[in-house]
Amino acid sequence: MNWLIAILQTTLFVLLAPLLAGWVKCCKCRLQNRKAPSVFQPYRDLLKLNCKQPVVAEQASWLFTKAPYIIFSATVLAATVVPFIAVDLPTSASADVIVMVGFFAFARFFLPLAGLDVGTAFGGMGSSREMTISSLAEPAMLMAIFTLTMTASTTNLSFAITHVLNEGLVLRPSFVFALAALTLVAVAETGRIPVDNPATHLELTMIHEAMILEYSGRHLALIEWASQLKLMLYGVLIANIFFPWGIAEAFSMQALAYGLLAIIGKLALLAIFLAIAETLVAKMRLFRVQEFLSFAYLLGLLGLLSHIILEAAR
Amino acid sequence: MILVLAYSAVLLSFFSGLLGLAMHHRRHLILFSQYWFKKFPGDNHNCRALIIDCLQEKRFPVFLRQAVFVLLGLSGAFAVLAGVGVMIGQGLITDQVSLGLPWLPWHVRFDCLSGFFFLIVGIAVGAVSFYGPGYVNSYQENQHPFAILSLFTGLFVAGMLLVLLADDAFFFMIAWELMSVASYFLVAFQHENPANRRAAFLYLLMAEVGALAIILGFGVLASFAGGFTFDALRESQLSPTWAGIAFMLALLGFGMKAGIVPVHVWLPEAHPVAPSHISALMSGVMLKVALYGLIRFCFDLLGEVHWEWGVVLLILGTLSALGGILYAMMQPNLKRLLAYSSVENVGIIFMVLGLSMIFMANGHPQLAVLGFLAALFHAFNHALFKNLLFLGAGMIHHQTHELNIDMMGGLIKKMPKTGALFLIGCMSISSLPLFNGFVSEWLAFQTALQVDVLDNGVLRSLIPVAAAALALTAALAAACFVKVFGLIFLGQPRSHHCEKAHEVQDNGMLAGPALLAGLCFLFGIFPGPVITLINSVAGQLLGQTLPNDAALGWLWLAPVSTTQASYAPPLVLIGALIAGGVSFWYLRRNPATALRRAETWDCGFGGVTPRMQYSSSAFTMPLRRIFAKVWIIDERIDKDMQGAMDQDVAAVHYHLRIQDHSWPHLYQPVERGVNKLAQLVGRIQTGNIRVYLGYSFVTLIIMLWVVS
Repeated sequence: MNWLIAILQTTLFVLLAPLLAGWVKCCKCRLQNRKAPSVFQPYRDLLKLNCKQPVVAEQASWLFTKAPYIIFSATVLAATVVPFIAVDLPTSASADVIVMVGFFAFARFFLPLAGLDVGTAFGGMGSSREMTISSLAEPAMLMAIFTLTMTASTTNLSFAITHVLNEGLVLRPSFVFALAALTLVAVAETGRIPVDNPATHLELTMIHEAMILEYSGRHLALIEWASQLKLMLYGVLIANIFFPWGIAEAFSMQALAYGLLAIIGKLALLAIFLAIAETLVAKMRLFRVQEFLSFAYLLGLLGLLSHIILEAAR
Repeated sequence: MILVLAYSAVLLSFFSGLLGLAMHHRRHLILFSQYWFKKFPGDNHNCRALIIDCLQEKRFPVFLRQAVFVLLGLSGAFAVLAGVGVMIGQGLITDQVSLGLPWLPWHVRFDCLSGFFFLIVGIAVGAVSFYGPGYVNSYQENQHPFAILSLFTGLFVAGMLLVLLADDAFFFMIAWELMSVASYFLVAFQHENPANRRAAFLYLLMAEVGALAIILGFGVLASFAGGFTFDALRESQLSPTWAGIAFMLALLGFGMKAGIVPVHVWLPEAHPVAPSHISALMSGVMLKVALYGLIRFCFDLLGEVHWEWGVVLLILGTLSALGGILYAMMQPNLKRLLAYSSVENVGIIFMVLGLSMIFMANGHPQLAVLGFLAALFHAFNHALFKNLLFLGAGMIHHQTHELNIDMMGGLIKKMPKTGALFLIGCMSISSLPLFNGFVSEWLAFQTALQVDVLDNGVLRSLIPVAAAALALTAALAAACFVKVFGLIFLGQPRSHHCEKAHEVQDNGMLAGPALLAGLCFLFGIFPGPVITLINSVAGQLLGQTLPNDAALGWLWLAPVSTTQASYAPPLVLIGALIAGGVSFWYLRRNPATALRRAETWDCGFGGVTPRMQYSSSAFTMPLRRIFAKVWIIDERIDKDMQGAMDQDVAAVHYHLRIQDHSWPHLYQPVERGVNKLAQLVGRIQTGNIRVYLGYSFVTLIIMLWVVS
């Protein structure tokens, strides 16, 4: 039963991810006085890409055609670990939060490799930038997450969220720092403004798009889907770690439905914040990103230290 | 019985070295066999035919090479058997061998800790013995004689195994020196190149300085003890100050061998110049033997562990880990890069070992076991994947005659099998889930996250900072190995050699790395067996094992408790297979959307050339700018001008030289100091015989005065 719910939840997660991306785009358009596409547009795009014949560069090796599947699977696996509508899942026990970061690393290992595979300047440029940003972002993310895991003294996400729920509403300085750090990391890792712009193909600034320039058809669909999943994952992490209220603690129909509604509401709200931020902030120069990320790292570290010094004092 | 296995491992490696000497004595062997056949004519004829066949001029070198490596492989197999045997039985075997001086027999002790390192050495030597015959083929016999290579390889392996067996300080140092000196000759193997001789000399110098420090460390212990056997040293009662001095000396000595920052400089010099299978052994195994020495010295001989030592190890380890990977990233030479990456991994091991000491000294033995487990498991993993990567580098060098990453590219199509094996190595070392590197890193993080139990505020804030550095190290390692794999195997070939390269023909050369790659994957999915073995090492050495053995089953990994942290790699593998399989099968079912090959997008300008690709220095440029203070960067752009007013640019040259901070800030001052001291001493050498006679006279007077 638990496993069934875990699988259902993951499926739902994977299926809802394009909707979130559509919703963010929709909000952004409204804020910028443009006519918004339907929120279901990402589904149509994915379907369209899937029906097209993929064109692969002649110099591409096997890695190029297999990488999208690897990237997609790794991201889906990361999604299985995160409690989405219910806590106390068996999947959270089989892989804890460090493993989840590991799955991200897995996907991130193959995406730059795929970018380098064809041997164009764009691919190398995107890969180099992506690895730079992610190697600074990953530790910042781990710091933010360690704050949570040390507070709950477990690295199992389900148990950690249950712990936060049981504690009730306590204002912890460490959590404020960790929330700020995780938000900054999420912006950098999902390639949003001000770090990267998902809507541009300008060679001077693009990072994610430069790596996947050679992809088409179903390969592109998988990679796009994976990045939508990643956006959703970070959203769910922020929503469920710091504002876990509403998540289903029991596996009754009612609790699950309530949990689903709660997370959809939280994500919709987060997406609006993201859209506002993307509208207000301008994109940064590439060599300002390090400051942005080291700030996130510092916030994460401050969170951890304030937990150790202030909260866990004996 | 187990000790017999261990002895035979040592003897076999020794004999494999001696057998190699027969390379130049084919004539003597023929004479001997003729003599033998004459004396014992009744022997089997098939056997005789075989021997004569083997001694033919053409077949003899091939046969001998194979025989040498078979012996070496057997030695590795015996070492594995002995190691696993003693760990399963939790045995502790002591023995005396009456070699050496008559009143100083060699004391031998084979316990779980030695057994674990026997396992590491055995696996590495086994893999190398598959790989060796194909690899050494490329050496010209008259320039690089096989006899020398095999002799010192055998002695080197024997030396490492003897270090692990030693139970008194004399024997330990003899074995240690055997290991160091034999490996010096291996580093200097291609001595026609001055750079190689220089690297080898640096290695020897540092090895000897390290050995002196170790001797002094033993000396401090021995002055408080009744003798030089480890049993006597264990009994010695040291004051905290002397224990601290002994610890610092041991740390200097063993750290020099292990390659800890700032005494790491020999690694990036010596590893690239040695033959690849030797660098694999040096980096994968010899560094671990140094680690063994440190563990033996600190946890076993010194007795009580102080938390300050743990802090020293933690800080040094963190520096090495971060420094190692940052330097590794900037190296264009593949083997140099791998050497610096060894510095990083040794740093991680030291870090976790430091954590273990801190927990031990603060009265949390179970957490100390967790850290110890993570450290030893990472040592084991590093031996596997670093060996794999060095052997892979050897294969690439063998096929392309190139070690400069900027000159490679596109090898995945020319050398698909090598590419796949190297990819597994890169994934393991980048600690991606499903591979063994991840498991040990996971354990390291779990150890660091237990900091809440400590009372000391400084430690409680220091350890999370170290954990943050570990996270940064892991992420940078991933970036570094994306660069390595991407530039070597992907893209388009950047040089003529790479364009003409083809897959390694020799099956043995593929089998060795394949074995290691298989183990990397196997222990990434089923880390349980190795962890159980290390648990028994911890039980014997620290007197404590992990609490719930049941949680260390084949499926689950829950070292603290199931509610705190758990990881089930087999389930993750199943999940990955399902997710990957479903998407793969579902999306490819429509035949109308089969792949179509087309030209690469070149922005409409036509012709994507290999020179348009990102190079190694271009790939790491953003990081070079971000961490600019870490290196001494010498970056210049020279323009060749021509034309009437010297205003047209004919060519642009880009120079980039990246230097280690430790040279100008540590080694060159030391060098200057030594030179200055030598000059001072030189002043009393006037070259005048009367003055020298005066010296003798004064000395004599002083001696008489002292004696009376």
